[in-house]
Amino acid sequence: MSRARRGGGGAAGENRAGWLFISPWILGFVIFTAGPMVASLVLSFTDYSLVGETHGVGTANYARLVEDPRVAKSLTNTFVYALMFVPLGTVVALALAMLLARVGRAAGFFRTAFYLPEMTPAVAAGALFLLLLNGQTGLVNTVLGWFGITGPNWTTDPAWLKPSLAVVSLWSMGGTVVILLAALANVPRQLQEAALLDGAGPWRRFTNVTLPMISGAVFFAVITNTIAALQMFDQAYTMFYGPQQSSSASEESLVYMVYLFQNAFEFFDMGFASAMAWLLFGIIMIITAIQLKLGNRWVYYEGDRA
Amino acid sequence: MSTDVTTPPVPAGPPPATDLRPAQPQESPGRRPSIGERLTQAAYLLILLAATAMFVYPLVWLVSASLKPKSQVFDNRLIPRQVQWSNFVEVWNAGPVLRWLFNSTTVGLMAATAVTLSSALVAFGFAYFRFRGKNVLFGLVLSTMMLPGAVTMVPVYLIWNKLGFVDTQIPLWAPNLFGTAFYIFLLRQFFLGIPRELFEAARVDGCGYLRMFWRIALPLCRPALIIVFVFELKASWSDLMKPLIYLQTPDYFTMPRGLKQIVDGYALSGEYHWEIAMAATLLATLPMVLVFAFAQRYILDGIATTAKQG
Repeated sequence: MSRARRGGGGAAGENRAGWLFISPWILGFVIFTAGPMVASLVLSFTDYSLVGETHGVGTANYARLVEDPRVAKSLTNTFVYALMFVPLGTVVALALAMLLARVGRAAGFFRTAFYLPEMTPAVAAGALFLLLLNGQTGLVNTVLGWFGITGPNWTTDPAWLKPSLAVVSLWSMGGTVVILLAALANVPRQLQEAALLDGAGPWRRFTNVTLPMISGAVFFAVITNTIAALQMFDQAYTMFYGPQQSSSASEESLVYMVYLFQNAFEFFDMGFASAMAWLLFGIIMIITAIQLKLGNRWVYYEGDRA
Repeated sequence: MSTDVTTPPVPAGPPPATDLRPAQPQESPGRRPSIGERLTQAAYLLILLAATAMFVYPLVWLVSASLKPKSQVFDNRLIPRQVQWSNFVEVWNAGPVLRWLFNSTTVGLMAATAVTLSSALVAFGFAYFRFRGKNVLFGLVLSTMMLPGAVTMVPVYLIWNKLGFVDTQIPLWAPNLFGTAFYIFLLRQFFLGIPRELFEAARVDGCGYLRMFWRIALPLCRPALIIVFVFELKASWSDLMKPLIYLQTPDYFTMPRGLKQIVDGYALSGEYHWEIAMAATLLATLPMVLVFAFAQRYILDGIATTAKQG
């Protein structure tokens, strides 16, 4: 990088111009991020509900986070879903990317095909998979039937609702394949060849050369997919919620964001919803911190990019 | 006066997008692959074709189902026994679908244009200028990426409510006028890749900052701008939560919100017309598939690039 311009009042001018250029973001930050964060924190200590009087309720909303069984239920559901989707998605995406890296030019075609479902809006994917996962006549169970497997009632059996959501998410994880493929393309060939000369088998080459070299991208994929999974809303809401949903509907598909949304905009219990939002923020921070800490241990960064 | 404090912490701009193509074949030229190698290749291709079927066939199924009569939607036949084009007329009775498609298009274009221009402006501010507080502010930009939308969701709704913009489409795109952290980060990386001498030369010729941004920086970052535009177009088109929060009048719905309404309607009445729902699903999906067809290279390379910088 070149040095700063000097003289002619340039520094002062540049200072002002810099602030002017970033001013839209500062404005947006104050109006749509910082202000609302403070407001959300304040709301979380009230019983604000859009209409009627508002009272301060102290930490009652936070106590409800502990007491309300649906908070615990929705948290568990979200974690179970994330634990199904993130590890499985990462392994499948990595396997596909490794295959793609070995088929030369054809990789371009497959890459496009794998990404296509990601262009499908989540609502459309949800509606489509309600049919594909139909227990009696759905395509998925029909195909499973070819192999002598009797598929479950994916969309109605309470035990299978979260796996259904994971299936929809797995269908649209082509982006992760693209990311890992790009990382694989950057692994220096000399390293592979050197390992080969040293007599390393395919598995050793994978664990000792390839995996460390792409660990940064794998790590990136795990973190972003985890954060997205914890905030999953569209598919669950499309497939299992809405005005038609009766109060006796299964709670097995109640993910955290759906319950938060219901509290905020269906029950207008906005103070409680704000408290829920801060809990989610805390959880995401903690999980990301743990992942970063673990990541530092096994992610290999070339050069000084630590 | 130190000039080094404002040196960007990230080493260099991203490589040109063309460097991100998939790996090339690895055999050395002149050597013919052995039979074993060919068999392995064939096995790889077979597995990949099976995977392709899993990714693509649901969309083919969707096209087929949207053309079937009600009784045959679940027959899982690739070619419908009888093609019922009228589903795409009937879908109009289920809801103002053309209106929804139009709404989604305008909201998507507004959201994408707004976020591309504003993020580029801010990104250029962070990439080119040296000003006091820059590093702290850029750290703040990055940290907002960690914040879940849920935290600001309620108060932002209250703002729009106060301004009387609930049940209009303005809340769906107007926040994009102020730039988005992720895109600012991405575009800043691209701007840092432009040789600074180019700007210095323009300055010597008396070029103003805004003109420099508009005439030099933006044209040079065209691929990155397209990436941001297309990403946001897709995100905006697909979004369900904001339309659920802000839109009440069905005429203002976006396509995903409308599709949700159609599916809910059948569930409420107990009389499912899945063929119509699938026609609507196809209409919600097709525009994005077309976008992908045209901007494929930018989208795929863009994703590969973002991961590298993450």
